[in-house]
Amino acid sequence: MSVFILRRLLQSALVMVAMAMIVFFGVHLVGDPVYMFVTPDMDQQDIENVTRALGLDRPIWEQFWLFIANALSGNLGQSFIFGEPALGLIIQRMPATLELAFAALLMAVVIGIPLGLYAGLYPDSLASRTIMAGSIVGFSLPTFWVGIMMIMVFAVMLGWLPSTGRGDTVDVFGIQLSFLTLDGLRHLALPALNLALLKISLVIRLTRAGTREAMLQDYIKFARAKGLSRSRIVGVHLLKNILIPVVTVLGLEFGSLIAFSVVTETIFAWPGMGKLLIESIQQLDRPIIVAYLMMIVFLFVVINLVVDILYSVLDPRVRLGDRGQ
Amino acid sequence: MASTETPAGGAAPVRPALDTPFRRFLSDFTDSRLAVLAAILLVTIIILAVFAPWLAPQNPYDLAVVSIFDARLPPGSQSMDGVTFWLGTDGAGRDLLSAIIYGLRISLSVGVASAIIALTVGMIVGLLAAYAGGRIEGLIMRIVDIQLSLPAVLIALILLAILGKGIDKIIIALVIAQWAYYARTVRASALVERRREYVEAAACLGLSHARIVFRHILPNCIAPLIVVGTVQTAHAIALEATLSFLGVGLPQTEPSLGLLISNGFEYMLSGKYWIAVFPGVALLITIVTINIVGDQLRDVLNPRLQK
Amino acid sequence: MTRETVLEVRDLRTHFFTKAGVARAVDGVSFSLARGEVLGLVGESGSGKTVTGFSLMGLVDPPGRLVSGSIRLGGEELAGLPEEGWRRLRGRRIAMIFQDPMMTLNPVLRIDTQMIEAIRAHAGVSREAARERAREALARVGIPSPDERLAAYPHQFSGGMRQRVAIAIALLNEPEVIVADEPTTALDVTIQAQILYEVQKLCADTGLAMIWITHDLAVVGGLADRVAVMYAGRIVEQGPVDAVLDAPFHPYTHGLIGSVPSQNRRGERLTQIPGMAPSLLSLPEGCSFAARCPRADAACTVMPELSELEAGRLARCHHPHRTLETARGGAA
Repeated sequence: MSVFILRRLLQSALVMVAMAMIVFFGVHLVGDPVYMFVTPDMDQQDIENVTRALGLDRPIWEQFWLFIANALSGNLGQSFIFGEPALGLIIQRMPATLELAFAALLMAVVIGIPLGLYAGLYPDSLASRTIMAGSIVGFSLPTFWVGIMMIMVFAVMLGWLPSTGRGDTVDVFGIQLSFLTLDGLRHLALPALNLALLKISLVIRLTRAGTREAMLQDYIKFARAKGLSRSRIVGVHLLKNILIPVVTVLGLEFGSLIAFSVVTETIFAWPGMGKLLIESIQQLDRPIIVAYLMMIVFLFVVINLVVDILYSVLDPRVRLGDRGQ
Repeated sequence: MASTETPAGGAAPVRPALDTPFRRFLSDFTDSRLAVLAAILLVTIIILAVFAPWLAPQNPYDLAVVSIFDARLPPGSQSMDGVTFWLGTDGAGRDLLSAIIYGLRISLSVGVASAIIALTVGMIVGLLAAYAGGRIEGLIMRIVDIQLSLPAVLIALILLAILGKGIDKIIIALVIAQWAYYARTVRASALVERRREYVEAAACLGLSHARIVFRHILPNCIAPLIVVGTVQTAHAIALEATLSFLGVGLPQTEPSLGLLISNGFEYMLSGKYWIAVFPGVALLITIVTINIVGDQLRDVLNPRLQK
Repeated sequence: MTRETVLEVRDLRTHFFTKAGVARAVDGVSFSLARGEVLGLVGESGSGKTVTGFSLMGLVDPPGRLVSGSIRLGGEELAGLPEEGWRRLRGRRIAMIFQDPMMTLNPVLRIDTQMIEAIRAHAGVSREAARERAREALARVGIPSPDERLAAYPHQFSGGMRQRVAIAIALLNEPEVIVADEPTTALDVTIQAQILYEVQKLCADTGLAMIWITHDLAVVGGLADRVAVMYAGRIVEQGPVDAVLDAPFHPYTHGLIGSVPSQNRRGERLTQIPGMAPSLLSLPEGCSFAARCPRADAACTVMPELSELEAGRLARCHHPHRTLETARGGAA
């Protein structure tokens, strides 16, 4: 097990280094990175000083090592606009994004699994067909368009829910959280649902396919032959089997939730790191873009690692197979 | 030419001749009434987009025609010159219907252009991977895997952040975000074909690599490519709309549907819903019809692939 | 043969209502089962033997349905029972063992979970008491160090061991009847023999009655007390196992025995039944075996009744083999 984790950690580190290289040389390719640190009021002499101070006059490989060394010590440059460390700004905004993404994930599970189960258990019923048609529509609608429609219907026309911001937050260990206040929850509802929509469709499809396949298996019939109640068969025998692929896929999709939160945060003015990214792109605040990218890659790597471990916990076959190695 | 082909053809298993493949395809495709409806709609949309200057009620970007005094009129209103704006007007007084038709033109061009380029790039890389094998294949597929694990919207966003706005830049971003899907598809079907006897026979006969790839392997990858291409075109259109909506895609001089929606978004909170909603509906119809046609194509083309 | 009857099946009909038509998988099956008795239910695949087994458990899924007939278990009528009634019965008074031991145990649940839940579904006992009973059941079917094995997952067992676990689960609530659907088909011959021996002992010791569904006449010969041969949804011959195997009445049984290698002498040619089993969707008028039967004639266009030709021996045929010709080696 520990060998398995060690190998995965090593792989992850490699991916991080590869991505750092791509980001570094990508930025180099496009423009002189000295302008990432230059303010408009500098003259030529100042720029040269900055260049030397940053080591930008040295060979590119040396610079790359410097970049890596700085990155490892958490220094990804200073934001032009805020004049603060870029990584710090990203981390400051991260809780809002993570809260949104987790809320969406929760919605995907809480809404998607029961609907998918129902559609899988009663595939011919009218309700199931409606569910499946809904999931197909949910799949092809662009997120931003659905978000706009949600604002129009629930915020503008019905006036039920607010359309912008986080609302009241509670400070928990220095992190602001919305879901602990009623006002925060009301603010969270629309953006989270918007972000969750694609994943709900995905979970419905996965759960339905898994249910239909599992219900034909002998172990379900054997469980019935033991005289178990339907709720136990569905809730334990069936669910535990289909949860393995659903959890795996959902875990891997968590990264894409964070990526898509860029869209949702912009529409609902949710003050997370996705909104910060869009603002930085519009203001050409490159250090923040670089920091965001490195952070996202890091998150993806961590998520992949966690999913692999979680998978081995859920499926005894994988778990014991590794111990045996 | 004929002399090289006969032995290769002779080594291949005899395939049952399809009685006019196109007619069979057409009759399979029309099995689904929904797909036929979608195809008709899609053709209409394409015609509207291609012939926009002749079909649109006004040229929304001709300053001589557009009047700021007609701005934000609700659907069905009349202009001061007595022209009816069926879908209302936008913030600059443009006829929304015309703006949508022109927007379709831009959205479709960007989507189709990027899909064609991504298809070409992905096809070449995928063929290379399948044909070269070994380390080259391993490396290419590793890159493809990593890229597919990152959401396309993120890749495109970052590229545009580096490249800046512009119709050429967004096409580049979409191509880079999407080539991997094609590469994977082509490699998968090319691998199947490569192991067939006739390809080995062709190689034994000393046919050139290029000839084997383009005459023998590639034709068998076309059906899955069509299917993936259709779906990816819809993705490209949605992606471009998303990026333009976020303000990092097309400049204001190239008002695609995404930009129209973005421009209308600010008026929505004051109840002027139509400026954002109608372009959105047009976008939606475009994406959904392409997806339905793509789904049907998959159903029609797939069983034949397995033969 | 005066033992007390536990299971009485009368005119059981289970049909499948598919788009292509009605498939009469089980069409008028009757038999009875006494305490401690093993009944072999023999037939080709598609003959309706497995569906008969599922019908006895109330486990026929749509589009299949128990159309008519009576199933009396210890005097209680089961046909027409609501689902909850069936559930209370299953695993408690009548249990089932499936064909493929690799598929019947849930791969993601531990053995103890799967055993304890089977006990607690029917009796309000504590988890600890249930665990103790599970341990005993594992020991009874010959699983070494049952304490450790309880905490294991199915994939850590071999096929034979898994089938023992499945048998142990079936035995947990001391049912009156066990329906075993080809439980040894997927196993090695040596393991098959061990399991058969233990099952036989169980039935003799505890008075458990068993329906052993199989296509393997050799297994039936070694295990069962009586045998019922099914063809196209009906029982075509039934009787004490030795008598039926030695001198079958029905041409179909005759053909089946002729096609078993071990029943033939060296050098003698194996016989085979010509033709294929008829589609259940379009059964012919009259005897369903007529098309493949060497003895068929005009009389066979009328469905023969299942009639008692000797004491305790039934056959559904207009032209049954008589003892003398059977001894000569068939009429073909």
